[in-house]
Amino acid sequence: MTIENIIKELGWEVFAGASLLQKPVKGVYASDLLSDVMGRAREGELWVTMQTHKNIIAVASLKDLAAILIVNGGRPDEDTRQAADAENIVLLGSNAGTYINCGLLYKLIGADAMVSS
Amino acid sequence: MKEMTYEFPIEGGDFIKAGHASSNVKKILNQLSLDPAIIRRIAVAMYEAEVNVVAHAYRGTMKVFISPAAIRVRVEDEGPGIPDIEKAMQEGYSTASDKVREMGFGAGMGLSNIKKNTDKLEIQSKINQGTVIEMITRIKSKGA
Repeated sequence: MTIENIIKELGWEVFAGASLLQKPVKGVYASDLLSDVMGRAREGELWVTMQTHKNIIAVASLKDLAAILIVNGGRPDEDTRQAADAENIVLLGSNAGTYINCGLLYKLIGADAMVSS
Repeated sequence: MKEMTYEFPIEGGDFIKAGHASSNVKKILNQLSLDPAIIRRIAVAMYEAEVNVVAHAYRGTMKVFISPAAIRVRVEDEGPGIPDIEKAMQEGYSTASDKVREMGFGAGMGLSNIKKNTDKLEIQSKINQGTVIEMITRIKSKGA
């Protein structure tokens, strides 16, 4: 499933990377600890987090993640948004929290993508 | 291919810039058309070493040596040093401040992430002087 398909279903806001929404999402990883993401997230996954500072872009870029979803209505700092554009990272937002978003994602793409990615 | 050397400064306490050196090196590695999985391993290890300098030290440098067989990364810092390296290697152990933790750093996974993503890791540390980390990731490791 592409990022665009997911956005259509779940109505997220696009903060950056609007031209990259055709990227496939291979799975989902939810965490607010950067080293946890560095250690355990896998290439092509969508990262769900409440962190909004610029360093999330470095993490997503270094790990080749598909996109970042900022939850709880969080807005990225301006330098975060600029870094996302510069590094070609898709940056998304949702007013709902991690639990709701992960539940909806699970319903939408299931666990198959996650174990096979 | 001759050995290529790159050097990047790292500023202690500058969390906004943390990851900058690692991102630059990753861009260089991407141009060498290496296995993306190997590049990601190196990227994780570099990032964690860089963040350690930002979180704990005053300043440091990252030197990267690229040869056909391996990528060697040496991160040196001027800082407080690590009193107990064995303890620091344990997953979950961290001396990071609350402010740093709120940003999602300081999970106590940095050094174990480095270990998992490198083929060789050496840490030397002197209290009140600084720390040197040298790590090697082989390019033609199994599964590559």
